[in-house]
Amino acid sequence: MTGRKKFAPRLVALLAGALLGAPLLAADLKVGFITSLSGPVSALGIPYHKGVQAAEAYKSVIAGRKVQLIVLDDASDPTVAARNARKLVTEDKVDVLIGTSGVPGALAIAAVARETHTPLISPTPVTVPADDNGWTVTVSQPFPLMVAAVVEKMKASGVKTVAFIGFSDALGDLALSSLQQAAEPAGIKVVANERYARGDSSVAGQVLKIVAAKPDAVFAGNSGTPGALPYLGLAERGYKGQIYGTHGLIQADFVRVAGASANGLLVPSGPVMVADQLPADNPVRKIALEYRAAYQKTHGAAPVDAFSAYTFDAWLLFADAATRIGNKAEPGTPQYRQALHDAIAQTRELTGTHGVFNFKPNDPYGLDKRSAVVIRLDQAQWKLAP
Amino acid sequence: MTWDVALILGIDGLANGAVYLLAGLGLVLIFSVTRVVFVPFGDVAAFAALSLAAFEAGRLPPTVGLVLTLAALAVVAECVSLARRGELSKIPRAILGWGLLPALPCALAWAVAGQQQLPHALLIVSAILLVVPITPLVARVALQPIADASVLVLLIASLALHFLLSGMGLLFFGPEGSRTAPLVDGGVDLGGFMVTGQVLLMVVSALVLSGLFFLAFERTLIGKSLRATSVNRVGARLVGIRPARTALLAYTFASLLAGLIGVLIAPAMTMYYDSGFLIGLKAFVAAIIGGLVSYPLTALGALAVGVVEAFGSFWSGALKDVIVFSLLIPVLVLRSALQHHSEEEPEEIEA
Repeated sequence: MTGRKKFAPRLVALLAGALLGAPLLAADLKVGFITSLSGPVSALGIPYHKGVQAAEAYKSVIAGRKVQLIVLDDASDPTVAARNARKLVTEDKVDVLIGTSGVPGALAIAAVARETHTPLISPTPVTVPADDNGWTVTVSQPFPLMVAAVVEKMKASGVKTVAFIGFSDALGDLALSSLQQAAEPAGIKVVANERYARGDSSVAGQVLKIVAAKPDAVFAGNSGTPGALPYLGLAERGYKGQIYGTHGLIQADFVRVAGASANGLLVPSGPVMVADQLPADNPVRKIALEYRAAYQKTHGAAPVDAFSAYTFDAWLLFADAATRIGNKAEPGTPQYRQALHDAIAQTRELTGTHGVFNFKPNDPYGLDKRSAVVIRLDQAQWKLAP
Repeated sequence: MTWDVALILGIDGLANGAVYLLAGLGLVLIFSVTRVVFVPFGDVAAFAALSLAAFEAGRLPPTVGLVLTLAALAVVAECVSLARRGELSKIPRAILGWGLLPALPCALAWAVAGQQQLPHALLIVSAILLVVPITPLVARVALQPIADASVLVLLIASLALHFLLSGMGLLFFGPEGSRTAPLVDGGVDLGGFMVTGQVLLMVVSALVLSGLFFLAFERTLIGKSLRATSVNRVGARLVGIRPARTALLAYTFASLLAGLIGVLIAPAMTMYYDSGFLIGLKAFVAAIIGGLVSYPLTALGALAVGVVEAFGSFWSGALKDVIVFSLLIPVLVLRSALQHHSEEEPEEIEA
């Protein structure tokens, strides 16, 4: 679908390339991009797609080679994601895979990447098995890193006790363990652990228990619109302490549903959300503003979420690695994919919109503390917390 | 647990119970007239809530598409069945009744959507009216052709309908939830703590509506014919009541009730395309407590379910629903122990 839409600009680019001498008719680089354009995860998948479109417009020639982007929809289904990945590798002979929006789908693609020896850059957090050999990397922040940034803020504002309320699923467990991990060294006690299901209509009971425990602050481990429930409940009970959350809440729908109850909420985020408020010496500021401009130019509106920036970063990471390879290998061959794999693992101090990337062999995460800032919901606007 | 915590939980429970009460009344109404356990009841309520949210956001509710799709299906079903019986002269009437009548609320919605400075009440009325055709239409398409089948077949069909409706809900409304503006602001101070106006409104409307229900069934001809059908379909037919007509009435009333529930709870709960199912399921527990026939027992059961749910969420948030549904076991044991198994009403498979 998108291939056809992009045909005209590509033709122009091709002609321009030919006029400029087309050094030695270098073969094109091929990027296989899988995302959820439909289905339940499309709330993430569509911004991911927009991000990659902006990235393509931002940098369409890498190391003298044109880049061909092939987009496939996985309909939020991990099986389809894996099938798409296989098709991209065997039929289209892509040099790198980027995708997808759901964690189960990304894991399914990672298995194909490992088997076919194709580098995969995932915009979603993934946990890969030990024998992955670095074929999969992710440009997202590890969850504990984000929670640690929030706990740092708690410590700074003198919080001694914190109550936890989260989903009764893997996300809730992950958030709680990250909170405990960070809170203990900071001298903060986790005094309550309340859970609710995503589909619940009320958390009145859980909130009462939390209020009865009289914590200095409340931290919620949840995401999206169901994540608004604890804040609405706390506001109804007149809870006055500081409220904290995870980056799963940075979403227009959450802000709409939570309304005034989430005013003053502190959540971690990639710096890109507040790029224009970052201090001038922040390394991320420049590239994040460039990303915004590229996005604005491609889609006619400024980005409102942090998700599209992940695929933009994935593109930057690929571009940086491919630049370092240069003409040492021919695209479309196993040698090139191996070279790309090695080059990605040697990425040093690459500035992206979400932070600064440094990859090590056998660690899929490349971001460090610089990739997490804490932002504050202020009258339905996200502002950098002082 | 202190007294004020218990009080807060009790009031929260009563508010939830009020919603289950209304839903339970609707379920019992449909079941007693048509022998269908109408599983998609909650979905209709959720659609009303989401429609109101769409109105408030200044958009045309996607429910319009849903209603028109169903109306088209119903017209086709009706015309085919009329043609088969050779009653071609009735076709224009069928198109008018099944096609045009459901389109009226859609036209109203279209007129209201996106208009500025309309009274909020008008939006609420449009949202309720918009979902009223859904239940009768769905029943015409899927349940009326098998109206004489056994209770089990009808139950399975209505379960399938729930999946159809919630799937369409996802298609039309999307996966994200919505909340609507509060219907009433402020609250009443009861010696140190607040009962929000919303909660009061829910409880009061449940009481008023059940009162109206009672009056309608005792005092009006329509109510009496509904009751007659529920007591004995063959007998009702013999005295000139048409079961298909009363069933249609029951579905329409239930749909109206679902619409009211939807707008009542929308400000207090985040509604998703599939949140209706749990409401319907809990109302079903209440209806079972009432033996699927008794309105007063259903009302008591609904309040019990609401209160148990509120206290359950305090003791163990994760096990809340388990506690509520475990209520069914002692109730069923008690009912079957108390009932003398005379089976005076064997399954009527009338001609």
